[in-house]
Order: sequence, then structure tokens, then C-alpha cells
Amino acid sequence: MHAPSASASAATTRLHIGSDADLAWVRHEVRQAAAGLGFSLVQQTKLVTAASELARNTLVHGGGGHVEMTHLEDGAGRGLRLAFTDEGPGIPDPELAMTDGYTSGGGLGLGLSGAKRLVQEFTLDSRPGRGTTVTITDWTTVLPAARTGGS
Amino acid sequence: MTGLPTSRPAPAPVPVLALGDVLLVTLRGELHDGAAEQLQDDLAHRIASGPAPLQGVVIDISGVEIVDSFLGRVLAEIAAAASLLATRTVLAGMRPAVAITLVELGLTLPGPVTALDVEAALSLLGRAPVSALPVPPEGGV
Amino acid sequence: MAEHDTALGTAQELGAFLERRREQIAQRWADAALFRTVFTVSRDEAVEACKAVVDALAEVARTGRLEDVTAPGFGAVRDQLGRMSASRSRAGQNPSQIADEIAGLREPVGALLRADFDEDAVERTHACLVALTVLMGTLRLVVLQTTVHAGEELIARQREQLLEVATPVIRLWEGIVAVPLIGTLDSARSQVVMENLLEAIVGQRARYAILDITGVPTVDSLVAQHLMKTVAAARLMGAECIVSGIRPAIAQTIVHLGIDLGSITTRASLADALAHALTRQGIVVSPRPAAGASAP
Repeated sequence: MHAPSASASAATTRLHIGSDADLAWVRHEVRQAAAGLGFSLVQQTKLVTAASELARNTLVHGGGGHVEMTHLEDGAGRGLRLAFTDEGPGIPDPELAMTDGYTSGGGLGLGLSGAKRLVQEFTLDSRPGRGTTVTITDWTTVLPAARTGGS
Repeated sequence: MTGLPTSRPAPAPVPVLALGDVLLVTLRGELHDGAAEQLQDDLAHRIASGPAPLQGVVIDISGVEIVDSFLGRVLAEIAAAASLLATRTVLAGMRPAVAITLVELGLTLPGPVTALDVEAALSLLGRAPVSALPVPPEGGV
Repeated sequence: MAEHDTALGTAQELGAFLERRREQIAQRWADAALFRTVFTVSRDEAVEACKAVVDALAEVARTGRLEDVTAPGFGAVRDQLGRMSASRSRAGQNPSQIADEIAGLREPVGALLRADFDEDAVERTHACLVALTVLMGTLRLVVLQTTVHAGEELIARQREQLLEVATPVIRLWEGIVAVPLIGTLDSARSQVVMENLLEAIVGQRARYAILDITGVPTVDSLVAQHLMKTVAAARLMGAECIVSGIRPAIAQTIVHLGIDLGSITTRASLADALAHALTRQGIVVSPRPAAGASAP
């Protein structure tokens, strides 16, 4: 399905997302993995926060689902890919959903757009009626090669 | 919904401590969404039903590793509700990584006042003596 | 098909020639500046280095991959070529001059090749010369690649070092820290500045943080955005940020760009910013009363 640009080592973990407690568990697991890969504290915090936003989306809008956590390697860089999948109603207008302030329930409407700003790679794949998969990837880089901060 | 919640402990409610006319809440580690909403309710009640007019509410988040938009909304709403009841809310001790992340997320929490730590928060509310006059480094100008 | 076979045949013929004339080619190249100035210990050393390059070219030619910069044949000499180009760079040659020096290696080989073939085999000679030109062009690319790569590594390393040394956070007073920013602010550097400053706020229990941009040549919208983010993050932690040293030209740029720094406290100089922070803390600095009269 996905065509990973880098080799994915065998370590893929799948976590179920079905409750509040699961969100906390996802945050905990992502934190552990990011720390283990040597991400800086700020990068860890950004990644865990993004994961929390997306896991909550999966729970609240997708009616639950799961996240797949994969360790990546690309030369000297190591990365972590998180794919949040649900089989909920899907997002009818992804572009609108990516807008700051757009909300379909509860939060501040920063879930998707905010999460995107916190990570290096972000893809959204949604089909109405078929569910949604949001994939984010972060790499350990000494220097984030002059990334312009989006928006 | 959760088939088997394994061995994860149920979220304990966050304690609210009364220090004279200030309420002190200390958040640490993982905060479940339910516990955060519970806290919001508790605080609203405590502020509204408090015996004397409150100086303010201090929320110590120095032990919190992440604040996402959900917790951010809860904190903002606590401050907004308190302000309706003429009470100030001070957010104390946010960690640098959390602050950077919140800004990147687009969440600047204009509502609550912020302070470096609980001591600074209390002095801001006029509770503790303003840690005397700061002494210049290396004695003297 | 036949054409392909011919091309491969020519390439292999070229390979065989390079192998046969290895010694002569190496002897001629060893006198070229490219080798002579790099391998200075002895002429033999230069000749050996030349032979290694000839061998690599012969190997590539035998496999018929004349235009392929990734041909395995180059692998054995990539390091050596890298060292050579680095050494030429240090001697003040720019990449295109180095490329010219590589191109200059073709002529002596061409002369040998013409002498080597029968007078009447004009077509074969011509085909081999064309193949040689292609192969030398590829060698030039390989060297250029290693040159650029080495340059990039150097730049990355220097950027890293610069990041570390160029952003000190200074404690000016109890509860007041400052970062004097000097030089161009890019995205990576602003991030380091932001993190260092926020860490210092915690470490020093600083209520005030001064970002002095006197030494920043230009402020574009990206830099302005980073400044605003730093200020916002500091506020969330309970500290006030003051931006000082906005020179008139930069102030104008900011106005022209339509950036709103309205929510940020600004002061003309670092001294003004310090005075502001002191005043806000209720600290008054005044000359010693008697000093004026009796000072020596």
C-alpha cells in the first residue's frame, strides 16, 4: 500500500485506539520510541503531541481504529513513521479539514493542521465512507536542513 | 469500546488544594481526557461555591510533558470560567519543549496569566512576599 | 541491436587499449598539474595514482558503461579522486578549473591512441576516440560530484559549529537573560536560539529575556515569524521577551513587509531593554550620591 522511501526494519508495532486510556498509551509508546531513536526533547514533544492529536481524531471522528508504528532507516538517519487508520465516515473535504480553526467536534480545530506543522512529513488519505489514514514521519537529523515552517 | 484495557490504571481525579484564598492544582505525567474534564468541573464548582472570594487559581504544569489542543482547550476554558467568576488563573512552570510545541501548534493561550513556577505565580497573585528585592549579581553596581 | 554490439565492442576495444598503454598514459599524466601537485612525495607516487585511474577507466570501458557515473569501476578511485580535488581546491582552484584539468588529461591519451591504431583503420580509430571522449567526460563528472559532496560536508560541519558558538545566552542581572544575535538568522539557527533562550529562562529563573538583533543584517518575514514564536513561547513559560536593536532600516523593512510586531515589546538598544526590565522589576540604578563631587 505505502511505498516507503526508506527501508523499514521489521519493527512495526500496532496499537489499538478505542478509549481515553488508549490515547495515553499511544502517547507513552510514541515517547518511548522517539526517545529510543535519539530524537531531541523538543522533537519528541512535537511528535508525541502530533500523535496525540491524530489518535484523538481516530477515536472521536473515526470511531476508533489503530496506529502502526514503524522504525525507519535511511543512511545515517533514523525515523519513526506513525500511520493512524480508522474505518469511520472519512473526511469529505480534506482541504477544508486542514484549515486552522476548522472543527467538527470538541477541540480547537487545530488537530490536523496543527499536527502537520509539528512533523516533517504528513500525508492524509481519506475516502468518504471508507475511512481515513493519516501518516506522519519524523527523522533524526542534526540539522533540519532549513525547513521552512509551513503555513 | 475498549475490549480489554489491560493493566492500565483508571485515571485518578486531580486533587485541588486550597492555600488560603488560592486554589492550587498540580498536574503531572499523563493526564487522561476524562480526568482533565473532571478537573474543569471540579474547579468551576470550587470557585463558585468557595467560602470567601478567591484570589486566584494556580495550575502547576511543570510536571506535564505534553499539552495537546485538547488539554490546551481545557486550560483555556478553566481560565475563561474563572474569569467570569472574577478569579484569575495562573499557569505555572510550562516546560520549554511544551511551550515551543504549543506555539508551533498555533495555540498561544491568551487567557491565563503565566508564571515561571508556583512561587512566582503566588507572588503574582499577591499571596507571597515578592521575593524581596532582587539582588544584583556579584554584589553591587 | 547491431549498433549496441558495435558500441560495446568499441568500448571494450578502448578498454583493451587503456590496459595495454597503462604505463605510458600514467607516465604522461604524472606530469600534469593535477597529479604533480597532489602527489608530491615522489614522481613514482604520482605514477601509481595515475595507474589507479587508468585501471578504473579500463574497467569501466570493459563493462561498456561509458556514460554511467555510478559504474562500479569508478568505486576504487572515488576516494583518491576526492582527495585530489580537495587538494586542488585548497590550492585555490575552483570546481570548474578542476574539471578543466581533468579534461586536459584526454589529449595525451588521444595522441597515444591515434599512434596505436593502423593508418587504414580510420573508422575504428575515430570510434575509439569518440568513446574515449565520452569516458573522460564521465570521469570529469565523477570528480565534480566528489568535489561538490566534499564541499557540502564541509559546509554542514561548519554550520553545526557556527550554531553552537554563535548563540550564547548571557545573564545580565538576577532574572534577566539576553541573547545578542549576530549574523544571518535561518530556520535552523532560530530554532537553536529559541531552545537555548527558553532553557536559560528556566535555568536562571528569568522573568525577562532580551533578544538583541543589532547584529542581524536583515529581517525577512521568516525571521520575523521566528522572533514572534520565541516571544510567544517565552510568554507561555511566564517570561517577557524584549526585542532590542531594531535598526531603522530593519524597522522600515518590517513595515514594508506588513509584519505586525505590535504585540512585542521593542526597545532601541540592549541598554534600553535592560533598563526596561530593571524598571519592571522595581530596580532603580542611580549614581552613588557622593560620587559626582569627589571622584578622582
